[in-house]
Parts: sequence; C-alpha cells; structure tokens
Amino acid sequence: MHENEIAHVEFEGVSKSFDGRTLVVDDLDLNVRKGEFLTMLGPSGSGKTTCLMMLAGFETPSSGAIRINGRSVHELPPRKRGIGMVFQNYALFPHMTVGRNLAFPLEVRGLDGAECRERVARALELVRLEGFEERKPSQLSGGQQQRVAIARALVFEPDLVLMDEPLGALDRRLREEMQYEIRRIQKGLGVTVVYVTHDQEEAMVMSDRIAVLRRGDIQQVAAPEVLYEEPERSFVARFIGENNRLHGRVTSVDGDICEVETGGQTVSALRVAPCGVGDATTLSIRPERVAISPDPGLYTNELDARIEDITFLGDHLRVRVSVCGRSDFIAKIPNIVGHGAMLVGDEVRIGWTPTDCRVLDPDDEAETT
Amino acid sequence: MAPVETRERVGRYLYTGFCAAVFLFLVAPILVIVPLSFNAQPYFTFTEGMLRLDAEAWSLRWYRQIIENEVWTRALLNSLIIGVASTVLATGLGTLAAMGLSSPAMPGRRLAMGLLISPMVTPVIIAAAGMFFFYSNLGLAQTHLGLILAHASLGTPFVVITVTATLSGFDTNLTRAAASLGAGPVRTFRRVQFPLIAPGVISGALFAFATSFDEVVVVLFMAAIEQRTIPRQMWAGIREQISPTILAVATFLIVFAILLLFTVEWMRRRSTER
Repeated sequence: MHENEIAHVEFEGVSKSFDGRTLVVDDLDLNVRKGEFLTMLGPSGSGKTTCLMMLAGFETPSSGAIRINGRSVHELPPRKRGIGMVFQNYALFPHMTVGRNLAFPLEVRGLDGAECRERVARALELVRLEGFEERKPSQLSGGQQQRVAIARALVFEPDLVLMDEPLGALDRRLREEMQYEIRRIQKGLGVTVVYVTHDQEEAMVMSDRIAVLRRGDIQQVAAPEVLYEEPERSFVARFIGENNRLHGRVTSVDGDICEVETGGQTVSALRVAPCGVGDATTLSIRPERVAISPDPGLYTNELDARIEDITFLGDHLRVRVSVCGRSDFIAKIPNIVGHGAMLVGDEVRIGWTPTDCRVLDPDDEAETT
Repeated sequence: MAPVETRERVGRYLYTGFCAAVFLFLVAPILVIVPLSFNAQPYFTFTEGMLRLDAEAWSLRWYRQIIENEVWTRALLNSLIIGVASTVLATGLGTLAAMGLSSPAMPGRRLAMGLLISPMVTPVIIAAAGMFFFYSNLGLAQTHLGLILAHASLGTPFVVITVTATLSGFDTNLTRAAASLGAGPVRTFRRVQFPLIAPGVISGALFAFATSFDEVVVVLFMAAIEQRTIPRQMWAGIREQISPTILAVATFLIVFAILLLFTVEWMRRRSTER
C-alpha cells in the first residue's frame, strides 16, 4: 500500500442525531489519508460542522465509530486527542497577548521558557507574523487574527488539524490570499487537514479531495477536477461550478449512452446514474461544453434553440438560449473572432458531445445552494 | 419661530430643574448627616454656633468616641468579618452556580435559577424569621458562622445574576479552543474563563458585600451582643442613647461605600481592558 493510502482518520457508519429523531449525520463513511487536505463541502445543515465537532470530540456520535490512526477515539476527551483546531471566529483568548495564546498549548504540555519562546517564534514565522508576540488579538486585523489562530493550532505540532470555515469572516481578497497561505503551510508541514466550508471555490483551490455533503450524507468524495468533470450526483453537479440541468425521461439505453427525452426533444447522453428505460433523470451539461452554430455533423446532439440574451464578459460571452422547453440554458462561448454576428432573437443550432452530458439522478432543485 | 424657541428653552429648564430636584431628594438626607456628625453638642440639629461657622461649635469628638468605644470597634470588626467571609462564600457559590446554569446541558435550569434568586424577592423579615428557627435548631443562631451563612445566602443571588449576565456574552468556542489545545477543565477555568468573567464576579462580590454590610433584619434575629454589626449597633444606638456618634459612623459608612465603589469600578475597568 502506498504511504499516502494509510487512513489517518476513519468515519465508519457514523450517525448523529440531536433530538433522537432527525439524523444530522446519516451513516457516514469517510477515510482521510495521512498528509491529505480534505474538505467537507456542503450547504448549511448538511452536517459538515457536526462531523468536524465529532472528530474534535465536542460531539459524540449517536452510532458508528471514528478512528484516528486506527484507534477508536470514542472515549477520548477533546484535550487528549491532540488535534489542532481553527475556529470560524478564531477563538483567540482576548485577554492574552499573541505570545501567551501560542504558549498556552505548550505550557499545558509542560514546556519550559526558552524552548517555549522559540517554538512560539517559529510558529509566528510560519504564518509570517514575526515579532507579534506582545500584541493583543484586538490590536490585529481579521486576517492577522486568523493567522494567529492557525499558528496556535500548529504550535504544538499536531499531525491532524481541523478547520471550521476559518475564512468565513474575511473579505474576498484576503480570503483568496489566505487560501494559498493555508495550502502552503499544510504542504510545508505535511499535516493532515480536515477543512469545512460551504464555499465551493475555496474547496476547489485548497483541497486534495473534497467530500460533498448533503443532508448528513456524502454525495461524492473525489479530487476537485474529478468532481467538476465527472459529478456522479445531480447535487454535486449543481453545487460545484455552473451547470445546465435538463429534466427528462430515459427512452433507450445502449451501454454507456442513453437517449433521453427532454422538453419534446431527444438527446443522447452519458449514463452515469444506474437508470433504465422510463426512469426520470436530470441531465447535466457544463455551459462551456456547449457550442453555438457548430459545423454541421460535428456533434451527435444538435438542437434548435433561440438566443434570449447575450452578456459580454471580456474573455467569454454568456449566451442564454431557450431549448428543450427551458429558457435558462446557458452557453459560455470563448471570445474569439466569428461570433460577432450573434443577435438576441436569432434561431440557432446548438450542440454538445454525449459524453459532456451526464445522465444523473432526478434533481428536485428544491434545495438552493 | 420665537415662541417655539422659548417653549423649548422653558422645557429644557424645567427638565434640568426636575432632574436637580430628584437628585437633591435622593442625596440630601444622606449628605445632611455629614456636617451634623461634626457637631460639638450632643444634638441631631445644627446649633447656632455651627451655622455661624464658629470653630468652637465644630468638633471631632464623636469620631473619637467610635475609636475609643469598644462597642463600635467590635461592631466594625464583626461587620468586616461577616461581610468578607459571606462575600467570599457567596461569590464562590454564585459563580459556580451561574456557570452550571449557563450550560445548555443542565436540566431544570429555570427552576434552579428561580430558587437561587428567591432570597432576593422574599421579604427579608420572613427569611430572617425562618433562618432564626432553622439555625437555632442547628445551634448556629447567635454565632458568627450562622450570620456568615445567612448573609451568604442573601448575597448569592446578586453574584448569580451578574455572572450569568457576563457569561451570556461568553464565547463557548474559547473553552473548546482551550480543550483542543490540551487544557483540562481546571486550567481552562483559571486561565480562560475566570479572567473573562472577572468583571461580573467582581460586581457580584461588591453587591454581596454591600448586602451583608448594610443588613440589619437578619442580624436583629440572629446576633447576640458579641455578633453585633455596625448597622445593628446603630439600631441599638438610636433606640437606647441618641448620640451623634451614630452620625459619625454613618459618615464613615458613606465614605467607605464611595471608596468601595471606586475601587471596584477601577478593578472592573482594569480587568476588561484588552
């Protein structure tokens, strides 16, 4: 077995209910590899934070087992788990200086003055806050406080660090900067990180793998590019990136390709969900895989459509068309010579290859992301 | 234009005047005691000499009496012993109770809170009578310990309330953070929780001390001569021999209360400084 394949954290059949009736986390299985950056991604109420809290030891699973390095942690209180934790609101001790905040876990472990100071200085260097020991948290900006929180979670050298939406309170620019910063630190130290967020872009930027959660259930665990290119569930396709959804019914199945009737038109698509003839389905097509007025015969799927709206976005055009009985179908067309003639109201042909059109489970669309 | 302005101005004068009147009403009966306590004569009224600002008419004789009279020094000592001990007890118990009551995991929080607060709303005379019979059976009536316990039970509600108020703004993630960093409950309390709720604890302690220091009803029931506190001694003084010594004691108490408030406010400011 490859060294990276050793499970650092294992969730096995973990369920959690707070009221004894509704399951916040429902029979969840998940392995986190050593040194991996794994993100739990999902909308609020998907159970991602509850999972993190159970791993940290602040919540107890109603059933199932959580193992760290192969050992069940059921009986282990949070303070004995040796996990670094970064909270959404930083949770820095406001009455202590940055130095005392960082020294806190070291003092708990009985470290003496000189070594303690040295490790605090090293941790601050890691987050690029050299010489901030004497400042109080209130004298720091949000981004700096977050860096201190990260340094404090790392200063006692845990091999597992949990982060609960740590960048939620920062503005966009700072958030992007911190994403790369956290990634750099994680790679440098080789620690395992379990990260929780509802921001799919953040998850894409930082993660080795992403676990997409919905209603306490894992929809798919995969690398960011796989989640984007090969979503296995409608929810994943909808949650990660932009996609066009067409609801319809399977009319024929031929190996990996099925024919689907949608809005009075028939398209052939890649069979991802295990479906049979007559089953309801949702098709997912990424907007950038749709061509407008393609060379005739280039695509198996070619449909008549009407241009409803064109938005110029510099590097690409965003074209809204009505097709298959829907008027919210989006095509992203790269801004290259040859599209100047397109006008709102034009009747055009649009096309895409069957493999870019995925047959997924029927999506109720009730839940907004 | 002019009438409106005039009306506004009159309104403001009336408002200021009313505020001044309220202030005077609250403070005058207390302040009048201060000059009277320097009366050279054994009266509770301003003598003609005092009004003429005759040096002869003013004296510190009643203050000397406090220091020289063993009854007053003992009362002061009793007040301090009972006050400090009951404050320590009330603060400790009240803080622990508030922390427990702030935990969402605690069952019957409202009922427990109500019971703990009840000494505040029960008429003192009823509490005092009840305590007297109860403590008598235990042999605690007419002892310092009995009074300390009685005053602690009167002071605890204040601590519970002030500490609960401080805890409501307390970020529970801080205790979680401390636990994730490896700290046990005791260290977490000492290093993280207590420093942050200290302002509430200090205010609560002040109220508890003031409750004990001012209290006369329970002391009337429970104290023998040896346990008499200052308020109880003043009570006796007024009933038995009217002497301006009481005014001197009262002045002393006023100054003491002001100093106490300033000290506590200073401590509170210091502990909230971040």
